[in-house]
Amino acid sequence: MSTDLFDVAVIGGGVVGTAVVRHLSHHRLRVILLERAPDVGAGTSKANTAILHTGFDATPGSVESRLVSRGYHLLKDYATRSGIAVEPTGALLVAWDDEQAASLPKLAAKATANGYESTVLVDATEVYAIEPDLGAGARGGLLVPDEHIIDPWSTPLAFAHDALVHGADIRRLCEVTGVTIGAEVTTLHTTTGPLATRFVVNAAGLHGDTVHRLFGFDGFTVRPRRGELIVFDKLARPLLGRTILPVPTATTKGVLVAPTVFGNVMLGPTADDIDDRSATGSTAAGLAGLLAKGAQILPALAHEEVTAVYAGLRAATEHRDYQLSSSAAARYVCLGGIRSTGLTASMALAEEAVRLLVDAGLVAEPRRVDEVHGVTMTNLGEAQARPYMDGGTIVCYCERVTSEEITRACQGPLPAVDLDGIRRRTRALAGRCQGFYCTAAVVSTAVAAGGQPAAPWLAMP
Amino acid sequence: MTAYDVVIVGGGPAGLAAAVALRRAGAGRVAVFEREQELGGIPRHTNHTGFGLRDLHRVMSGPRYAQRYIQMAERAGVSLHPGVLATSFLAGAMIDVTRTGIQGLETVETRALLVATGVRERPRAARQIPGDRPAGVMTTGALQQLVRAKLPVGRRAVIVGAEHVSFSAVMTLAHAGCSTAALLTDQAHHQTYAPLAWATTGRRRIPIITEVTVVEIVGKRRVEAVVLSNGRRIACDTVVFTADWIPDHELARSAGLPIDPASRAISVSSGLHTSQSGVFAAGNVLHGAETAEVCAFDGCHAAHSIARWLGGGPWPDRPVPIVCDAPLIWSAPHALADTGAPRRRILLRTSAPVPRITARQGERELWVGRPHGTPEPLRSMWIPDTWRSEVDFAAGPITLTATLS
Repeated sequence: MSTDLFDVAVIGGGVVGTAVVRHLSHHRLRVILLERAPDVGAGTSKANTAILHTGFDATPGSVESRLVSRGYHLLKDYATRSGIAVEPTGALLVAWDDEQAASLPKLAAKATANGYESTVLVDATEVYAIEPDLGAGARGGLLVPDEHIIDPWSTPLAFAHDALVHGADIRRLCEVTGVTIGAEVTTLHTTTGPLATRFVVNAAGLHGDTVHRLFGFDGFTVRPRRGELIVFDKLARPLLGRTILPVPTATTKGVLVAPTVFGNVMLGPTADDIDDRSATGSTAAGLAGLLAKGAQILPALAHEEVTAVYAGLRAATEHRDYQLSSSAAARYVCLGGIRSTGLTASMALAEEAVRLLVDAGLVAEPRRVDEVHGVTMTNLGEAQARPYMDGGTIVCYCERVTSEEITRACQGPLPAVDLDGIRRRTRALAGRCQGFYCTAAVVSTAVAAGGQPAAPWLAMP
Repeated sequence: MTAYDVVIVGGGPAGLAAAVALRRAGAGRVAVFEREQELGGIPRHTNHTGFGLRDLHRVMSGPRYAQRYIQMAERAGVSLHPGVLATSFLAGAMIDVTRTGIQGLETVETRALLVATGVRERPRAARQIPGDRPAGVMTTGALQQLVRAKLPVGRRAVIVGAEHVSFSAVMTLAHAGCSTAALLTDQAHHQTYAPLAWATTGRRRIPIITEVTVVEIVGKRRVEAVVLSNGRRIACDTVVFTADWIPDHELARSAGLPIDPASRAISVSSGLHTSQSGVFAAGNVLHGAETAEVCAFDGCHAAHSIARWLGGGPWPDRPVPIVCDAPLIWSAPHALADTGAPRRRILLRTSAPVPRITARQGERELWVGRPHGTPEPLRSMWIPDTWRSEVDFAAGPITLTATLS
C-alpha cells in the first residue's frame, strides 16, 4: 500500500504500544503504530483495575519492579500535565486471618526492598478507624499511602494524541499477518497491505507471542488470564476512602475493592487462566464469586446497584516477569508478558523500548525541548472540574456528558468509530442507566458530528 | 440568586400535574426543571394509545398526553425549564438546588422542593447477565428513543420480561420493522391484560416462554443469540431488557434522604412528605412503574400537601411506618401521617398471590379485605386507607399481612 519507509513500526495500540510510539515520536524518527482493532486502548487496556501502583508488592530485583517504580513517577507526572484524571487515594492492604496478619511485616519489608519506604503497619482497630465500612474479621493492615487511581481510558488516548501531534502515523484495523526481514528493511504484511520499516517493536499484548514467532523467536507463550470486574453505582463511592487490597498470593494480587476516578466503586478481578484469546465475556460463576467476596469485604456493597460488568484478559505467560528482548539482526524489540501492571509501567516500558532499539542499532536523536508539545485531555475525573459545569447541552445525564464533548470525540485525528470509543473518550453511556435515556441522543450527535451513518455506530450491517 | 416558592425536579406526568395543581391553588413562583430537552417525560416516547382516561377524561396517545400537560402548565403560568439538570440540593429554611444548563452550574433557592425524577429499567449489567458485551442490548427506554429518532434497531429481537411495558416493546419493535422472536419471563404467566397480550403477541404468534431466565448473551460486535436457563439458544440481533424498575432516586439519596430498602424509592409518608422538611416526592420515583395517570394523581396529591405546608401547615411529626410481611414486598407510601392530605390508596407489590390482606397495629386489627388491582407478582395492587382514622399515631408500626382466606 505504502512505499514509504518508516524508521520504527510499533505493533499493538494498547497502553504500552501507544506509550512507545509517543516516546519514539519525541525523537527525529518516522514512526507508525499498527492496531488490529477499530480503536486504540480497546483491548486489555480498557478493562483493568485502573490503579497507579507504587510497585510495593512486586518481586524485588525483577524487571517489573524496576519499571513499575519508574513508570509510577513518569505517569503520575504526565497525567497531571495532560489532564488525565489521577487521585491520590492511597491503599489499605487488609489481613483477614492470623496467617495473613503474620505476613504483613514481610510485605512491608518487601516494599522497602522495592524502594518504597512509606508503608505503615496498622492493627485491627486502626483498620476500622480508617475504613469503618469494612466487613468483620480484619486482623490488621498495611497502609500504602502513595497508591493512586487513574483514568485508564484517557491514558492510551493521550499517548496516541501526543504521538500524532509529533508526526507519528496511527493505522487502525490493521493486523500484522506476516513478516519478511530483509538486509536493511523489514516488510510487515498486514490486512491493509505491506509496510516497510527499519525497526519493529512488538507490543501486541495478548498476541505478543504470535508476533514474536513471526520474527522467528520463541521463549514465552501467552496464556490469557481473564479478570472479571464489577463496577458499582456512584452512590457506593462514600463506602470507602481508598483501595482495599487483599494479601497477595503467588499467582494473583487477589480481589480488590477500589474507588474509580469516575466516582464509582470497582470490585475484582477474578483470575482464570483460559485458552481463548477472545473470551472477554463474563461468567455466572465469576460474577457470583465476586459478589460474595465483595459482600465480605464491604457488606454495604451488596445493597448497591451494579452499573457495569467487564471482563479483561491479561497477557500472562509461563514466566513471572515481563519478557523484554531485542535482536540487532532482526532490528526487533519485544515487550512481552506485560500484565496488569502495564498501565503503571507503560512510560518506563517506552523508555526501555527506545534503549533496546538503540542497542539493536537504531539512531534515535531526541527532538529539541521546544519541539515537544504537551497534550490536554478533557478531564473525565469526578475529583476535578468537568466540562458540564461550565455549561453545554447535557446528553448523558448519569455521567453528565455534553453534546459538545461527544461531537469532539467523533472528530479530530483519532475519532471514535463505535459507541465504546465514545464511552472511553467521554464517559457517555457508562453510567447507571446504561443508555436508557441517552443512546439515541448519543448516536444522533455522533452521526451529526460526521464520519459515518447511524448503522455502524450500532454495529448494524 | 433566582428564588422560587416551589421547584419541581422532573417534567413528566407527576411533576407537570403537580405544577398545574399548585398554580391553580394559588402558589406563587412554581418552576419545573427537566433534564431532557423536551418536557413531558416517558409518555412522550410511548407512541400508542391508552393515556389520559382517568385524569384528563379522554383517551389519547402518549405524545399527545404529554403535550396536553405541557400546555396546561404553560397556561397555568408555570415557569418551565427543559434542559436543566438538578445536580444536588441542600435543605434548610430555604432549599438550595444546584442546576446545570447552557450557562453551567448555578444555585437557585426555593421554599419547597418536589422530587419527581421517575423510574428507569434495570439495564443488563444491573441484572448481572453474563456473556459478551455486544451492541444491540438495550432497555425499552433506549428502544423507544432509538425508534423515535428513526435510528436503526435490529431485525429480530428477544424481549426479557412479560409485563405491560414488554408488550409495548413488541409494538415499538414492529413499528421499526423488527420482529420479536420471543418474550421471556421467570414467572408462570405473563403479567399484562389479556387484550393487550392478544393484540401484540397473540396476533403475531410470538411465543411467551415462561419460567426461564437469560443465562448468557452471545456476540462480539452485535448480539447473535441469547442462551436460556432451559438450555435453549435463540438467535437474535437485539435484546430488550424490560421492566425491573429502579427509581431514579440519586438526587434525593445523595442529599441524604432515606430510601425504602425494598422498593429503593424515596421514603414518604401519606402526604408525600419526605423526612426532610420542605422536600416532597411524587410519581414513579415512589413506585416503579405505575401508569402516567397514577403519577399525575400523585402530583396533584403532592401539590395539596405542598400548598398546605406553604400556607403554614405543620410538617408530619412522627409518621407511623408501614411494614410489609412476606410475600408482600413493599408499599407506597411507607408511613401514615396525621397531617397532610390523605393519600386514600396504599400501593403494594407482592412476590406471591395474596387473596386477602390484614392491616394491624400491634395486636389491634385495623382492616381486612381484598386488594384491588391484580394481587399477583409483578402486578399493581392497592388497598384503601379508609381505616386511617383507626390508627393510633402515637403507637408503633402498622403491619400488612397476607392471609389466605
